[in-house]
Amino acid sequence: MKHLLSTADLSREEAVKILDIAGEMREAGTRVVKKLPALRGRTVVNLFFEDSTRTRISFEAAAKRLSADVINFSAKGSSVSKGESLKDTAQTLLAIGADAVVIRHPDSGAPARLAATDWIDLPIINAGDGTHEHPTQALLDAFTLRRQLALRDGVSATGLGLDGLKVAIVGDILHSRVARSNLWLLNTLGASVTMVAPPTLLPVGAESWPCTISYDLDQVIAEGVDALMMLRVQGERMRAAYFPNPREYSRYWGLDDARLGTLDAAGAETLIMHPGPMNRGLEISSAAADSPRSTVLDQVTNGVAVRMASLYMLLSGDLI
Amino acid sequence: MNENSASDGARTVLTGDDIERVLTRVAFEIIEANKGIEDLVLLGIPRRGFPLAQRLAARIAASADTPIDPASLVGQLDITLYRDDLRHSTTRTPEPTKLPAGGIDGKVVVLVDDVLYSGRTIRAALDALSDWGRPRIVRLAVLVDRGHRELPIRADHVGKNLPTAKSEKVRVHLEEIDGTNEVMIEAAE
Repeated sequence: MKHLLSTADLSREEAVKILDIAGEMREAGTRVVKKLPALRGRTVVNLFFEDSTRTRISFEAAAKRLSADVINFSAKGSSVSKGESLKDTAQTLLAIGADAVVIRHPDSGAPARLAATDWIDLPIINAGDGTHEHPTQALLDAFTLRRQLALRDGVSATGLGLDGLKVAIVGDILHSRVARSNLWLLNTLGASVTMVAPPTLLPVGAESWPCTISYDLDQVIAEGVDALMMLRVQGERMRAAYFPNPREYSRYWGLDDARLGTLDAAGAETLIMHPGPMNRGLEISSAAADSPRSTVLDQVTNGVAVRMASLYMLLSGDLI
Repeated sequence: MNENSASDGARTVLTGDDIERVLTRVAFEIIEANKGIEDLVLLGIPRRGFPLAQRLAARIAASADTPIDPASLVGQLDITLYRDDLRHSTTRTPEPTKLPAGGIDGKVVVLVDDVLYSGRTIRAALDALSDWGRPRIVRLAVLVDRGHRELPIRADHVGKNLPTAKSEKVRVHLEEIDGTNEVMIEAAE
């Protein structure tokens, strides 16, 4: 594995290996001494052309826990605002002595461009590009699901996939790179995916995806589902009216208190996931976000472990 | 040393019975060096160090005046992320580290591995150990010492000293992992 650009590139074997390594990384995170020496002397650059809190901090924590040095770069306040190209920025980083690049970019395909060109010959990790992919988010979601189910069943998660699991991804599919990355990875790991969204928030061509599409959240919940992945309504990417108003969205597509009550009344073991940041009261109610079913904070914890595993995979082994 | 394929050039140097006898002697050496079993913790280095540590613990527990659970003496210490060759081999998946309930602070920790060779694994194990706690004493027990050290490390308890050429391979097979018990030397190809 040279780069981590898309979950569609991962074989089942590779995906399970990353999750297994992440499992051990998570255990190391519970020690008094959390640091591991695996990447001592290596430098990881976080190249962020788009705002981010948890992903950047998570990658920074992951690199530091593995003893790598971290250089954080954000486009705001950098030479990018003077018109510097991606190529020049990347080559500057190489000259500084970076060993791996974590990149987030508003344009879909920017990480793939860095990886495909001969501008720099470094491992590239896609930390979210436009509306394309966000592979480490999908990996941490899969890790969280796998771990929660193994805990529930009292078995070891190591080596397992997500076979037979039913996952519903709900909300703003159109703008969501998280939904796309999750779709490929969940399929690779053996889970079945249902996308639930208003027709306006589904991309053209979604019917060709390996998933079921539904416009009725209540029906999906009634049919039984192991996890509900609620997506953030990405207002900043919306240039048109995709739904009449927030209250209507919340009523039809949000995980509100009534739907949470339905889950509880049915005694379902459905997990509630959200990649964050949450719009409380829009796609998810506060009660749902803070309920015992919610894995939101667990996802953040697991994110560090999954990113440690990704960095370790790319920066160890025969690279040269 | 980790493949299960016994090729034609392999020669058995320890049979299953030999391994049992050797482990019994090493177990008594450990007790003697510690003047009893107080504070003893045996930490096996994956993968084959762990079943060896379990076998030693069973013998040590059996020698106790009051019955104790051998499992309370044994743990596993993973060293993958402390290796100095991470950049040069294929990506290794770490194994779990499991410490006995009493932890290792103030204990007498005996590291257990199958083959002592360059000493680099033990160097990594010492680093890993210090991230988990501060043992009072750390000792090293190995089934086979094949020489060719690259670091100033020696074992306190050696099952068998095995003079080898650097080009030869030492293969340890243990029931728990490989289905058979034997130690073989394989000539270079």
